[in-house]
Amino acid sequence: MSKIKGLVCKECKKEYAAEAIHVCEFCFGPLEVAYDYEYIQTKISKEKIMNGPLSLWRYEDLLPIESTPTVGLHTGFTPMIHAKNLGLKLGLDHLYIKNDSVNPPTLSFKDRVVAVALTRAKELGFDTVACASTGNLANSVSANAAQAGFKCFVFIPADLEAGKILGNLVYNPTVIAVEGNYDDVNRLCSEIAGEYPWAFVNINLRPYYSEGSKTLAYETAEALDWQAPDHVVVPIASGSLLTKIYKGFHEFERLGLISNVSTQIHGAQALGCSPVATAFKKKTDFIQPVKPDTIAKSLAIGNPADGFYAIKIAQETGGVIESVTDKEILEGIKLLAENEGIFTETAGGVTVAVLKKLTDQGVLKKGESIVAYITGNGLKTQEAIAPAVGAPSLIQPNLKSFQQTLKEEAK
Amino acid sequence: MANLKVRITFPETKIREPIIYNAGKNYKVVTNIRRADVNEKTGWVDLELLGEVEEIERAIAGMKAGGVKVDPIERNVIE
Repeated sequence: MSKIKGLVCKECKKEYAAEAIHVCEFCFGPLEVAYDYEYIQTKISKEKIMNGPLSLWRYEDLLPIESTPTVGLHTGFTPMIHAKNLGLKLGLDHLYIKNDSVNPPTLSFKDRVVAVALTRAKELGFDTVACASTGNLANSVSANAAQAGFKCFVFIPADLEAGKILGNLVYNPTVIAVEGNYDDVNRLCSEIAGEYPWAFVNINLRPYYSEGSKTLAYETAEALDWQAPDHVVVPIASGSLLTKIYKGFHEFERLGLISNVSTQIHGAQALGCSPVATAFKKKTDFIQPVKPDTIAKSLAIGNPADGFYAIKIAQETGGVIESVTDKEILEGIKLLAENEGIFTETAGGVTVAVLKKLTDQGVLKKGESIVAYITGNGLKTQEAIAPAVGAPSLIQPNLKSFQQTLKEEAK
Repeated sequence: MANLKVRITFPETKIREPIIYNAGKNYKVVTNIRRADVNEKTGWVDLELLGEVEEIERAIAGMKAGGVKVDPIERNVIE
């Protein structure tokens, strides 16, 4: 008996063995993991979870691995904070922040998906892992590959700022900088994934990789004393995270761990890259690709693979997909930092700004439970916030100068 | 012989153009539609291209020059 039945096409439902494949050979639809929930039901319980490791692996029974976890053993189980100060500011009594900006080892939610992908890569016999990334994903794959003993290739556009790649080079992966525009680099990486017997975490391992995001929903429900919240606000890049948070709550419900799930799933995009929000507002499921132009680089996916599914879930749950300007994103970062002491990256600014917007619109209400997902750390995108945070007060090394400045500050 | 799976997205201005027919006619590639959603305003087609690598690349360049967006089937793989 195994909890994994295989892979199944999300579109035509054609079934496949649980291998390193991601596209249906018949209709080219995406593949996802099919579980034997009756088998899982006999294994899982609240007590078992609560006595499990303080990491995402406490939900191992619902993750697509067949042996024991080997990667990301300290990943997940991040703080869930009752954000009383921010809630007071916005007029929300039960606002919670799920803080993956401190997720180990590389301070973003990507460590969750990579932990699952690399554990599965090891099970499938791969010795080399790879990804194409401009930020958080590359950090996570590089760090986790170093710890797990994989050879690691990271592909980046050649014009990526030097600072962004430093965080990868320290782990000593092979970094390949590809010349050409974004589309050229993107297509080459897809072709390389098809040519080499490597575990490309978000390509041929995508069905396993994406399942790691479900743990954000599991941890949320467990932290809320085994209840799903009334609302969640989720940043949208590819759209995968939003769909997996929905899946996580409904798996818990199916297994009897929580009941009466009626969570409204809201999506957050930056206006400068908002193909999903635009399609949602137009009430169409056709995602028109866009060329990203936003400071929220970690959400800058112009042709999102799971955008269609994200729209369906928002519609089904009564959620809203909203977008915010770069100015609102910076205000969102500051709002979270000044009220809750959490410094998030631009994606987190998008989430907080949309949280505020939905509150102003009356979508989110005072007495409802609301969870906002903060998926990355502000120390990685300091250049974005630098113009908006002011400068230190400069004084002379004497008490008089300090007292003068203090008076001016008080004004 | 190589095969490549791509997603072609049509803007409204190109929806009436026989882009896929032209790719098969102008380059030595076999075009094989697997899934599509096209209406009078816009649409997408999931397409398999079969042929020599160089011809597939020329066909993709030709389609892009014709005004449609051509992405790998996974769409954006750079995250």
